[in-house]
Amino acid sequence: MQKHILSLTVNGKEHQLLISPNKTLAQVLREDLGLTGTKQGCQVGDCGSCTVLLDGAPVNSCLVLGLQAEGREVLTIEGIAKGNRLHPLQESFVQAGAIQCGFCSPGMILSAKALLVKNQSPSEAEIRQGLSGNLCRCTGYQKIVEAVMDASHKMNGEVAS
Amino acid sequence: MSAAYDVIGSRAPRKDAPAKATGAAQYLEDLRFKDELAGALLQSPHAHALIKSIDTSKAKALPGVVEVITAEDVPRVKYGVSPARYDEDLFAVNKVRYVGDEIAAVAAEDMATALKAVSLIEIEYEPLPHMLTVEEATAEDAPWIHDEFPGNVCAEVHQEFGDVAAAFQECDLIQEGRFVSKRQDGGFIEPNQCVAVYGQDGMLTLHSSTQVPHYVQRTVSMVTGLPMAKVRVIKPYVGGGFGPKAAASPIDLASSFLAIRTGRPVRMAYTREQVFLFGRARHGFTHEMKIGVKKDGTLVALEHSATLDGGAYSSFGIATVYYSGSLLGGPYKLPNMKYDGRRIYTNKPACGAQRGHGAVIARALFEQQLDIIAEKLGIDQVELRLKNMMETGDVTCNDLAMSSLGMRQCIEAVADGSDWTKKKGTLPKGKGIGMACGFFVSGAGYPIYRSETFHCTVTIKADEDGGGVKVLTAAAEIGQGSDTTMAMIAAEGLGIPYDMVRIESGDTDFGIDLGAYSSRTTMMTGHATKEAAENLKDMILGELAQELGVERTRLDIKRGLVKIAGEPVDIMPLRVKYIKEHRGWETQPEGKELTFNEASRVAYLRRGTLVATGKYKPPVLGGKYKGAAVGTSTAYGCSAQVAEVSVDMETGQITVERITDAHDCGQAINLTSVEAQMEGSVGMGLGEALFEEVKFDSEGRIQNPSLGEYHIPTIVDMPPMSCIVVESDEPNGPFGAKEVGEGAIMPTIPAILNAVRDAIGIAIDETPLSPERIYMALKKAK
Repeated sequence: MQKHILSLTVNGKEHQLLISPNKTLAQVLREDLGLTGTKQGCQVGDCGSCTVLLDGAPVNSCLVLGLQAEGREVLTIEGIAKGNRLHPLQESFVQAGAIQCGFCSPGMILSAKALLVKNQSPSEAEIRQGLSGNLCRCTGYQKIVEAVMDASHKMNGEVAS
Repeated sequence: MSAAYDVIGSRAPRKDAPAKATGAAQYLEDLRFKDELAGALLQSPHAHALIKSIDTSKAKALPGVVEVITAEDVPRVKYGVSPARYDEDLFAVNKVRYVGDEIAAVAAEDMATALKAVSLIEIEYEPLPHMLTVEEATAEDAPWIHDEFPGNVCAEVHQEFGDVAAAFQECDLIQEGRFVSKRQDGGFIEPNQCVAVYGQDGMLTLHSSTQVPHYVQRTVSMVTGLPMAKVRVIKPYVGGGFGPKAAASPIDLASSFLAIRTGRPVRMAYTREQVFLFGRARHGFTHEMKIGVKKDGTLVALEHSATLDGGAYSSFGIATVYYSGSLLGGPYKLPNMKYDGRRIYTNKPACGAQRGHGAVIARALFEQQLDIIAEKLGIDQVELRLKNMMETGDVTCNDLAMSSLGMRQCIEAVADGSDWTKKKGTLPKGKGIGMACGFFVSGAGYPIYRSETFHCTVTIKADEDGGGVKVLTAAAEIGQGSDTTMAMIAAEGLGIPYDMVRIESGDTDFGIDLGAYSSRTTMMTGHATKEAAENLKDMILGELAQELGVERTRLDIKRGLVKIAGEPVDIMPLRVKYIKEHRGWETQPEGKELTFNEASRVAYLRRGTLVATGKYKPPVLGGKYKGAAVGTSTAYGCSAQVAEVSVDMETGQITVERITDAHDCGQAINLTSVEAQMEGSVGMGLGEALFEEVKFDSEGRIQNPSLGEYHIPTIVDMPPMSCIVVESDEPNGPFGAKEVGEGAIMPTIPAILNAVRDAIGIAIDETPLSPERIYMALKKAK
């Protein structure tokens, strides 16, 4: 299959890649860039494990072709901590016990990040709505809701100070 | 109680959480090996057929194909879960028994080529009549799915404790009921995957997303013929299991053979559809029962039967059919119990074990019938349960000994927590509240295969510099938090802070551990870890005692400091020795007490690397009758739950509005993890109650093999939960701990059933409680 050049920015870094046009964004991230934090639980857009932010909006990266990301910005789970300092959402997920097997966690955290950008103080119902595309079989979601709530408080506090 | 401990009972953050939160944690798909081949399976499109011929020549001729194997190419070794029912061949021998049965495997340079090769394998089938239901499979003229099992009966159980017939004579009320449930899917988010690597040294290393590295090692060894010492199984991070990953899978075995034959690493992975095709999750049950009580509500007798739709192979099914009976022995005093169980082969994927193994539907029906009994006798549902519940020290009629049982605390906690007294009987039509109880084993008393083996061994090694310890277990961290639990137990046992403990697990080279099933890890690996930690501490203190010239019995370690009882001892010579060793770039110990670091370093200088081990197997447990091995355990966790629901009387749509859940886990090792297990259990129970059903068409093909069509609970389906941790002190548990992973699911389905009955006045006798089913029930009642 004829390969094509793909230029995109991932986690703030520009890349030029030569890829097959039938590769999904999830495959490009995992295979071509080695960013394996993006998980694939179904590869058909049902589970949300492969959620990344494309120009700030959450997408199932298994349903986006790599070439559709041409010229765009992708944020993956590897790109949200600052060095060794966890993002407040990551910190809250760790502290609240919102992570069990961890396979849904990267996608869940990125969906939560997109939500908190749009809505700094979401209600419990808004958090649930915002994460409704991400499946988790371990937690019953209770501690995930608590973690996002906690992170929103922390992030608002940081903005205020 | 937690006050007595320094680490145990806290909310220490999980050891693995930062790696999982940043995407650094590596699961099977994230591991890459040099020169990997892609493996693919050929699976049967027929539910039941003879194989007349297989022609792999075109597949083998395809460029990029490295190897194609069928039953002709592998030893004819039957395998499975229970040695009494090894009924599986890796590749079909003359016959396929379900849509998805494995026939051949291909290894190729890439996945596209492997799949193309699979499509080029030519097979001539002669379809046979297929049986997709228990009724079809047990019809008089039904063909046998396995020649060795007449009438398609995979297993039968008949047990009686006490004298049930006589007991029913004394009863004032006899309540009868029946319940039908559906096949469930595990719904773990990471599909099964593995990579087999065969080295020049004749060593096979299988990386697998399994719950049970040891059993996989054993099965791979048995089927390939390689000695156990030449098979190593490594489990990286695993994205959930819940039961279906608790045995060697066809891809574990096929990739092993392909790696041995090609000399290259072979990766095989199930797609989501293949996860459904492989199955091995919850059976569909038809459960019937008759309960006899006195006027005052005293339970006297239970007669019940279960029929399990097993699918084409046994998997865990023998244990499942026993659990369906044995786990009604408690948590109520019930002197007479009779059980008849059957597991029937059908032409569908095999069912196996799933969280709450074998017992959730028996429990659902029993608790639903208890509610009806309470109503008929005019006794409050909570009162009836309090009246009959067992207490610490009680033994069930089938010899399950409740060495600790906080059943009363659980019932009272959920009644208070949900405001039961105020709500029950006062809610408007369409709103309901229901409660239920349950209990579960803390680990199976016996291994799956007959053996005197320890169920787990643990090794702890002190760092030579004295700064910490490394714990090695072969246990399976699959998300439940066992690594964190073991690190906490090791820290407590050694008397050091949690962050001085590093842990690795899930590798058969680290020892033996039967794995993550039957809620056994905290109890069993916990004991072994505690023993290893205490042995290491003893070793260090033994050396220290000699160094200081004091009796060993005067020494202890707490919170990382050496405690010396009695007369003051001059520690300075030892401290000077340690400081000289450490050349000044590390923080120097100060204060009046020696640190663990000093003690551990000095002990190392005296005797070299300090390594201690621990081990555990349950003591011989009660029950001499056939099948007593299923259900007997060293301890039992118990739970109570209250569900509050609203039902749309027009559409039949159920909303679970709140769950109040209490579980007795003995001493909680990590409170956050205990709650997390409770919440996850409620989620899985709620899914089975309301949504989940694997559906088949008339040809035996799964109609909903995706997470879009098979509905596991989403975040908007789940209600807020308030989880109350009840801590009894379990005498048989490490630091008083017992299970939480499965006991917490037992009351969920019946609590919802009872709440729905409270809301609409109808006892629904079939799951899932879909809007259609509720709507039809409401219509019928009008």
